[in-house]
Amino acid sequence: MGSFLLVTIQVDLYDRLALNLETDLIRMVSETDARGVLIDISAVGLVDSFMGRILNNIATMSRIMDAETVVVGMQPAVAITLVELGLTLAGVHTALNVERGMELLHKRLGSDVREGGRFYGNSE
Amino acid sequence: MQSEVTKFLEKNKQSILTQWMTNLAEDHILREELMSNEKSRQQSEELLLAVLKVIASDNFKNTESQEHESVSDIISEVSIYRARQGFTPRETATYVLSLKQTLAEVLDKKFAGDARLLYESARELNQLLDSLSITTFETFIKGREEVIMRQTDEIGEISTPVIRVWEGVVALPIIGTLDSMRTQTVVEGLLQEIVATGSSIAILDISGVPAVDSLVAQHLIKTVSAARLMGAECIISGIRPEIAQTIVHLGIDLSSIKTKATLASALKLAFQMLNLEVRRGERK
Repeated sequence: MGSFLLVTIQVDLYDRLALNLETDLIRMVSETDARGVLIDISAVGLVDSFMGRILNNIATMSRIMDAETVVVGMQPAVAITLVELGLTLAGVHTALNVERGMELLHKRLGSDVREGGRFYGNSE
Repeated sequence: MQSEVTKFLEKNKQSILTQWMTNLAEDHILREELMSNEKSRQQSEELLLAVLKVIASDNFKNTESQEHESVSDIISEVSIYRARQGFTPRETATYVLSLKQTLAEVLDKKFAGDARLLYESARELNQLLDSLSITTFETFIKGREEVIMRQTDEIGEISTPVIRVWEGVVALPIIGTLDSMRTQTVVEGLLQEIVATGSSIAILDISGVPAVDSLVAQHLIKTVSAARLMGAECIISGIRPEIAQTIVHLGIDLSSIKTKATLASALKLAFQMLNLEVRRGERK
């Protein structure tokens, strides 16, 4: 998607899968030289503190590699759970859906966005 | 209980019922405007029959027996019915206690000569009817509590409407104190509305919140964080001077949240954030 990576999480993440995602994603960011990462969690109905931390980690790591992270499509129940757990994902941008997330990334990165990124889907 | 007493009561149940109804009428606790005479006669008959059954049964002393259970069921039904119809607790309690009175009167007349028997029966009757009146009271209060619970739920539901003020902007006027329960309903309603309308800005108007303490502030911050996780910005509006004072005195940090004094200025800010402009139409 341009120079953005789009990750769609289709299943409830258990710990191993989440760790794999973290590693794979960071590798992809460096390989594709992506400027933005969109994580679509609209299909995730269950989160725990570990998952919250992984999201935060991905955002921080991407920041170091000069890519902005946007978490999109969070379910209301998931949002409430994360807040109750005290995880407000301070370093992560959020958007209502993928479209809004793209808009946000475009706005943040300005006209600096180049073509030539690759699509990376997590369909496990 | 002595079998002659049981038999006597069983034989005279109709006259006992009539006597009881007369006693009730004399005490002015029939309250015809709340409950028709036939209905109360029918209820009383049912109750009396159940009570007589317990007295006649072998396991009179055993409060766990089937007969005891059925009489408890009937008395609960009667009390809940009366609670819903708006009888006062005194009237409901007197209703049950007047049965004791009536039975005592009837027995007194019949067995006036045998003091020992009279005493024994009266004691046992007392025991049974006292436990019944306790049940009455319990269920009466439970009936009332159910009504209160239902009303509380209703207030919770209707007092947190989420209003769509503009495309992409929802407003949530919060009225009343924000406790944990309310916050839960508020957050859920707000988040669902954000998803349904695809809004990116939510205005929380707290002009209807009487007081803000650290707990309320924490609930507000939680609401804002949850909305942010969904991808919506929150603006808190309607902060009255005294509330601003309390917040500062309590040392609550709201600097990470956009706050405005009035709903109007919050809406103005929302328009700015959405790059919208409101202008007076030019006259031709």
